[in-house]
Amino acid sequence: MLLDLFVILLKIAGVVLGFAFPLGAALTLFGDRKQSALVQNRVGPNRARLPFIPAALLGIPHLIADSIKMIFKEDIIPEKANHFWHTIAPALSVFPAIALWAVIPFMDQVCLGTSAPALVEGTFRDVCTGETRNWFSIANLDAGLLYVFAISSISVYGAAIAGWASNNKYSLLGGLRSSAQMISYEVSMALSIMGLLIVYGTLNLNEMAALQGHLLFGWLPMWGIVVQPLSFFLFFVIMMAETKRAPFNAPEGESEIVAGYFTEFSSMKFGVIQLSEYIATVFVGALVSTLFLGGWQIPWLYADGFHFGTESAEPTLALPYWLVVMLRIGAFSVKTLLLVWLQFMLRWTLPSFRYDQIMTLGWKVLLPLSLLNLFVTAFVVTVLL
Amino acid sequence: MAVQVRQAVRPERNSWVSSYLPEVARGLAVTSRQFFRNLFGGQDVATIQYPEVKRAYPARYRGLHRLTYRDDGQVRCVACMCCSTVCPAQCIHITPAEHDDPGIEKYPASFVIDELRCIVCGLCVEACPCDAIRMDSGIHAHPFYERDRAFLNKDYLMDLGCPSTARQGGIHKGSADKQH
Repeated sequence: MLLDLFVILLKIAGVVLGFAFPLGAALTLFGDRKQSALVQNRVGPNRARLPFIPAALLGIPHLIADSIKMIFKEDIIPEKANHFWHTIAPALSVFPAIALWAVIPFMDQVCLGTSAPALVEGTFRDVCTGETRNWFSIANLDAGLLYVFAISSISVYGAAIAGWASNNKYSLLGGLRSSAQMISYEVSMALSIMGLLIVYGTLNLNEMAALQGHLLFGWLPMWGIVVQPLSFFLFFVIMMAETKRAPFNAPEGESEIVAGYFTEFSSMKFGVIQLSEYIATVFVGALVSTLFLGGWQIPWLYADGFHFGTESAEPTLALPYWLVVMLRIGAFSVKTLLLVWLQFMLRWTLPSFRYDQIMTLGWKVLLPLSLLNLFVTAFVVTVLL
Repeated sequence: MAVQVRQAVRPERNSWVSSYLPEVARGLAVTSRQFFRNLFGGQDVATIQYPEVKRAYPARYRGLHRLTYRDDGQVRCVACMCCSTVCPAQCIHITPAEHDDPGIEKYPASFVIDELRCIVCGLCVEACPCDAIRMDSGIHAHPFYERDRAFLNKDYLMDLGCPSTARQGGIHKGSADKQH
């Protein structure tokens, strides 16, 4: 009992403090400043130095300098603002961003059997002879995807309350915009993923990732992007809109409403709101790679090694189980990082949508396409298969 | 006379372009190409890391003034006042004095250039009949913490200086022939 609690705390610390937070913080430097610099033929931040180290270290000292600056800046609450909600708003926006990580599987259930798990013919599943332990995701929820929908929907409270409590017209507009944007995308978000649910028949994210080890025609990995390409595209766009980052950054709208809902926030409150957006960006990468890019799956790699060609009991290239575990965690991280990179690349490629264009895209393009995708998937699954 | 109207060529907005997605892919291709090119090599980055790396000044860059000197180390200037007369900013202050050598009529007892007033036009160099003042030191004018430091005196200007090969009394006959 106590050991379980300890393991859970360790997992939370590992995932949230060891993966989500550092990656989100690193993105403020590498995603926003270094990547944009490379795209725009600039050098980017490289002048800060650590004491006694004369090298630029890719600009990492800037990260430390920025956070020190954030922490020591004066925290200003406007006189007419609602002090309670103004203070609590950053927590409200960062809480969903962190809580979402509870259901992300970094690896399959670890098998502690006496013999190593092996692929069973005809199932495309590793079968564990001993007991399994849920070590690489915080919670192995059967309602995993519903949990994601629920928590990511309440992330709008942070923005809306931050905008309202600041007693600033720009902030209020930003909060309203984020609420409106959320409503326009919420419906299509759930509908776009329905096709995937029909195909997999489960809401458990780890189960979904495991099912993507199937091979179509004996060679093609049945990743979500293969069976539901339109759904992948729709869901990716919608989740990008959900993170409120460019090109869907109408709630922030630097060029129109100062900084939108967090105009009146300073010091670490501002830092936390920013950080929650970056963590949400990383989470989008993790979720989309779990649902559509096979999660921790590496094509043709099962618990006992690579099975090239047809599915046979004997692996073509046998690997020890611990190495497979490492490879799978690595694969998941690489996929996540690739999607994060793609999101930032889109940010530096596309101009922001106008406010009404976002609404139009949500209601008139993405919603009908989601319904169409759902209909076609349902038709194919029920009639043709 | 008929009015000439130039018709701007607008890109065609067909359904391919209007569907937005192909254009997004094209834009992504451009930014990604630039991203990877700069990640591995950085030949497109034009930034010069200034204090460590400096851009070479062009050969005709007008830097701080300097005074040239004769073969025996004396100042080349004969205090003819041409430079201080032509100077539009009136920043050259010369006090002429009689020279001991009968072959040299005058020399500047003091020669002060007020760098705060100098507009770096180079007219003094143009006006000088004996190649005594030059602006080819290549030194960028420094900022000064004290106003007095901005008045460059004769010693300072001669420290920057170099021997001049020009001959007093005009150009040699041989070289004059060559010019014409």
